[in-house]
Parts: sequence; structure tokens; C-alpha cells
Amino acid sequence: MAKADMLGESLWDAYSNKVTTLMNNPQHQGEISEAEAESRGNQLIVADFGAESCGDAVRLYWEIDPSNDMIVNSKFKSFGCGTAIASSDIMTELCIGKTVDQAVKITNIDVEFALRDDPDTPAVPPQKMHCSVMAYDVIKKAAGLYKGVDAESFEEEIIVCECARVSLSTLREVIRLNDLTTIEQITDYTKAGGFCKSCIRPGGHEEREWYLVDILRDTRKEMDEEKMKAAADAGATGDFANMTLVQQIKAVDAVIDESVRQFLIMDGGDMEVIDIKKSDEYIDIYIRYLGACNGCASSATGTLYAIESTLKEKLSKNIRVLPI
Amino acid sequence: MQVYLDNNATTMVDPLVVEAMLPYFSEQYGNPNSLHKFGTSSHPALAKAIDQVYTALNASDSDDIVFTSCATESNNWVLQSIFVDMVLNGDKNHMVTTEVEHPSILATCRFLEEQGVKITYLPVNDQGVVEAHTVRSFITDKTALVSVMWASNETGMIFPIKEIGEICKEKGVLFHSDGVQAIGKIPVDLQSLHVDFVSMSAHKFHGPKGIGALYIRNSQKLTPLLHGGEHMGGRRSGTLNVPYIVGMGKAIELATTNIEETAAKIRKKRDRLEDAIMQISDTMIVGNRENRTPNTILVSVKGVEGESMLWDLNKGEIGASTGSACASEELEANTVMLAIGADNELAHTGIRLSLSRFTTDAEIDYAISHFQNAVKRLRSISSSYATQQPTKGGEAKDCELHHP
Repeated sequence: MAKADMLGESLWDAYSNKVTTLMNNPQHQGEISEAEAESRGNQLIVADFGAESCGDAVRLYWEIDPSNDMIVNSKFKSFGCGTAIASSDIMTELCIGKTVDQAVKITNIDVEFALRDDPDTPAVPPQKMHCSVMAYDVIKKAAGLYKGVDAESFEEEIIVCECARVSLSTLREVIRLNDLTTIEQITDYTKAGGFCKSCIRPGGHEEREWYLVDILRDTRKEMDEEKMKAAADAGATGDFANMTLVQQIKAVDAVIDESVRQFLIMDGGDMEVIDIKKSDEYIDIYIRYLGACNGCASSATGTLYAIESTLKEKLSKNIRVLPI
Repeated sequence: MQVYLDNNATTMVDPLVVEAMLPYFSEQYGNPNSLHKFGTSSHPALAKAIDQVYTALNASDSDDIVFTSCATESNNWVLQSIFVDMVLNGDKNHMVTTEVEHPSILATCRFLEEQGVKITYLPVNDQGVVEAHTVRSFITDKTALVSVMWASNETGMIFPIKEIGEICKEKGVLFHSDGVQAIGKIPVDLQSLHVDFVSMSAHKFHGPKGIGALYIRNSQKLTPLLHGGEHMGGRRSGTLNVPYIVGMGKAIELATTNIEETAAKIRKKRDRLEDAIMQISDTMIVGNRENRTPNTILVSVKGVEGESMLWDLNKGEIGASTGSACASEELEANTVMLAIGADNELAHTGIRLSLSRFTTDAEIDYAISHFQNAVKRLRSISSSYATQQPTKGGEAKDCELHHP
């Protein structure tokens, strides 16, 4: 929040001139009938996506030359807001003259880009980005119908954020590499969740299969588990610095039991490990003397030195022993 | 021609109101709390404005009508202070409201829920109205307050305030009504029924923005929301907004004098517009017109998404409104239409047209013709009216997921 947020945006003023022009006068609005396509020896494909009950719906018509899979003509019908109509219009334009294989490569990013007045200014405000996603979905569906395959087979990756086209694998990788802990960081790094916000958590504009909150939680959990596993491995290989705290305490106790405690007990004393604290330079082991050791003059000098050198030799040269 | 049909959002300030306000900016600008004559010279005008508001609502002299900055403040005041007085410092823990209240009630209720208050959100019937017996069935001995709007901003439907008031009185529960959409549109006589608190806002009845009021029956206890210099009898602190109070007084007087007559004139124009819209095939109007504020129409136009309809009307310089998808920042369906149990698809096709006493017959003619043209154009683009059916397998399911 800042000065720029004090007055809400004027939604329609954020539309590009192209969006406005196509909304007012769509160029490819209309239908192609079965008879028309047949009379020209072509095949008609008609695909629907969305529904009135979701707030937007589009019907895409492709007239395809079966000899070369070329989309020779395309039309659309749309129930939706201005950006939905403009997106559908530019989508049909992008399809015409392409083969079906080329057309399935058109993404919502291409559609939005084609609606820009200049390459650096978005054509629609963030919450309207999802309107262009329908164009992408309906193309996949039409191509699937023509080729007799499932529309999902054209998608090589799982796309979590449709608006910014960010895949599940990208999100997992970015969270790991940059040690991200919040949704805001994910949006800053990838733009995912920055537009219609449906993919952030359940309850948004549309239902999703994957949500950023879940991906973040699960990836963080995996990262923690890996860290634990690495630490457990460190325990097995004696890599003291990278052990978990519990492993370190066990390791220290083992060394003390083996090489130190017997000498203390002979003098009527004993010791216990209280805590282990790690800093950049040292691993500080806090101990407490028990019995005769408690108050013994050598406990702060010779005995302490002996304990510390033993632990240094057996575990890590960065160890310091501090009696409390 | 420009036609403003969004008077439930806000209204034009009546030039007579502006005229009444003007002397209190640069001529009589004193603080009415001051002892000198710069301050006291505005007292007669303030006293007149207070009289105008009491008279307009037929409030008793033992009642308080406290000027606030807006109805949002009035609504917040009632809910938050009842929480302080009866939940924090009392043995109540429950409030009753409806699913279709204004955000200043619903958001405050959600805030109070976070503070531990239990809130019941009553459903509405297919007319968009909460029935009095529903209110009765949800009142418990822990209920501190019932808050039900007098009339709906979206549908214009008028709620059974008299019956709900009687139930609350009988049950010994406080009753608040958000009167924003009723006052100035229909007769409101506060001595003819039982309501403890009523919120109102001047800019909904041709007064200025930034001034509202809260009616408090019989000057009963309600901890202040704004603490300070003990203005308005200690009920609401903040230097009196003299020109705006004067403007609100003038505006409510103009809106309520001969209200039956004015309402009948508005109703006649509204009905003419409504009849013309109903002539268009596949349109549905929400709520019985006899039980609606006389200026409001909420219509669903099949196959025409609400925002695109607003877009086309706006091109014809007609201002209307929709709470449906795409138009609002939340991109949600019209919540009132969902609440009345309308089909999901209707919830995205709602258009609200709201007239005022300044709407002319010529404007209605113009609006009818533009409305018809917009529906015609958008239906010509609409997939809902396409004739060539999808290729087998190409049909869409209702609200399918975008592919994963």
C-alpha cells in the first residue's frame, strides 16, 4: 500500500486501444456452418470452453483443409466481458493460416501480447489476464477434437498459474534455489499468483488443481526432510558439524562415556552435557560438573583442557567446552 | 444525451442543496463550539438542519440523531459499540444479520467474528428478502443485536422492518437497520415502528457525500466510536461539518416532502423502463415491483455478461451498475443473485438500473433504445445464442477446470 493505491484503478482505462477497438467491433465474430465448410471440401471443428455459470464462455470454429491441416478460416462466439471478447477475436486471428500443430503452440501470453498497443505495456490489468487463458484452453480443445486425442496431451507440463504460465516444476525449483518462504516471494520471483490470483489458494475466481500455498508447504516440507536426511547421513559418517542437535549430543555423550567420565568418577565427580550452540566459527558445548568436580580447582583448567582436547580430536576442531 | 441510472450508488447533489451549503464555507466558517459570534452564527442553520432530519423521519424529541461522516461509520459504530457494551462488558455473544447486507455491515461482522462474536447470516427468499419468522427463529438469549437492511441496494426490495422490530422488542433484543437505500426513496416513520438504530447517508438522497447520520432511539446507551471533544452531546466527537449538515438537512427535506407523490412519478418512469426491458426475450427481473423501492430494477439478460452490458451502455453514455463477474475487483458473481437462489448463470448477467427524481421521460426513452441495441449486439456475439453446435466431444461442462 502506498500513494498509488489510495485511489482504486479505473479498470477500463487500463485496457489497450486494441482491446477497446476489438470489443467495440470484433473482426472474427460469427459462425461457420457444417455445410459451408463441406462445400469448400474442408472439415469444421467447433469447440466450447467455459460456461455462462462461470462468468465467461467461448465457442471456437476452425475450418481446416484436411490435405495439409491448415486452419483456413476461424470464427468465435463469446459470452464474457470486453477483454474476453477481444481475446477471443485476436485468438481467431492468430489461428488463421496456421496448421493445427502450429496453432496449439499459441499460449495466452501470445494472445495478451497481440492485444498490446506497445510491447512494454500490458493490454489488460492483472485481474483480467485470466480472460486470455480461455483462448489458450479452447485452442487445445479444438486441436484435440481434430486429432482425436485428449486436449491435455498437448500440455507438456503442469501449469499452476495460467495467467503467467508458470509450471509446477519451475515453481518447485525456484522455491528450492532461492529458499523462498512466502507466496509474495514466489510472485516476485515468478509472477505466479500476480494476476487473477486463483492459483494462490482455494476460494478464488476459479477452482484449480494445484495451489501455490500447497506447493510452497509441500516443497518446504521436502526441503526440511532432505535437510534431516543429510544430517542423519552426517551422523553416520561422523560429520559432526552437520549433525542434528540430537545427534551431536549423542556423539558428545559417547566420547565422554568412552574417554572422559571414568577419570572424573575415579576422583568422585562427574559431568553432564547441558546444551550445544553453533556459531559461524565455533561449536560451543556447555557442560556442568557434578559431585567432587563441582568447585574443584582443576575443573576450570587442566580437566577442562583435557575434556576439550578429547572432544576436538574425536569430533571437530571447532569445539569449545564451556562449564556453567 | 447522458443518462445516469446509477442512483443507488450515489446521486447528483440537488442545486438547491448546494445553494443552502455555500454560505457555510467562506462566509460563516466559525467553529460552532466557539463562544464568539463567528462560531455561534451557524447555530440557527444547524438547528434547522436537525429539525429537518427529525421531521423527515418523524423521530421523537427524546431520540438522538447523530451526524456522522457516512453510513459506513454509522454501521461500524453500532456493531462495534454493541460488541463493546454487550459482549466485552456484558453476557451476550451473538448477533444476527443477513447474507445480503452492505459490505460495511458484512466486513464489520467478519471483524467481530475474529474477536469471538458469533454471527448468524440469515438467508433471503426468492424475492431477495429476509422473512420475519426467520429472524425470530435465530434469536437466542445470547443475542445482543439484530441488524437487517431496510431496503436492498442491489434489488431495491424492501424488508419487513415493522415485523422484525416487533419480534426484537418482544424478545428484548436490540434492532439496527441500515436505512441507506430506504430513506429518501420510501416513507420512513420512526414512530410507527420499533427500531433502535438506523443508519443513513445524505449522498443517496441528493445530498453531499461525506455526511451521514445514526438514529438512536430514546437516546439509549451506545459507547462512542470516535472519542474526542465531546461534540454532539458527547456521542460523536469531531468538529461539526457545518455546510454538510446544513446540506443533509436541506436534502432530506426536499426528498421527503410529498414523498408519495415524488415516488409515484419515479415509479411510473421506472415501470415504463422495466416493461420495455421485459419485452426483450429471456430477461428476468428480480423481486416483485410492488415491494421494491420505486427507483430500482435488477434485471438479468440471458447470454449477455454484465460487464460487457455496462460497457455498451457506457458507450451510449448511460451509467448503470452490476455486482457481477469482471466488473468488481473480486471478479465474483453477483452475491445477491446467488443469495436469492438464482441460477449461477443469471448471477453473471445482472444489470442494476436505478432512477432518481431528476430522471426524465426523454432519458428513459433513450435508455430503452440503447438497452435494446446493446442486448442485440452482445447477443449477436454471444456463444449462448450460437446455432452451430460443437463437434461431438467439444461441449463444455459447467464451470470446468482450466486444464491442470
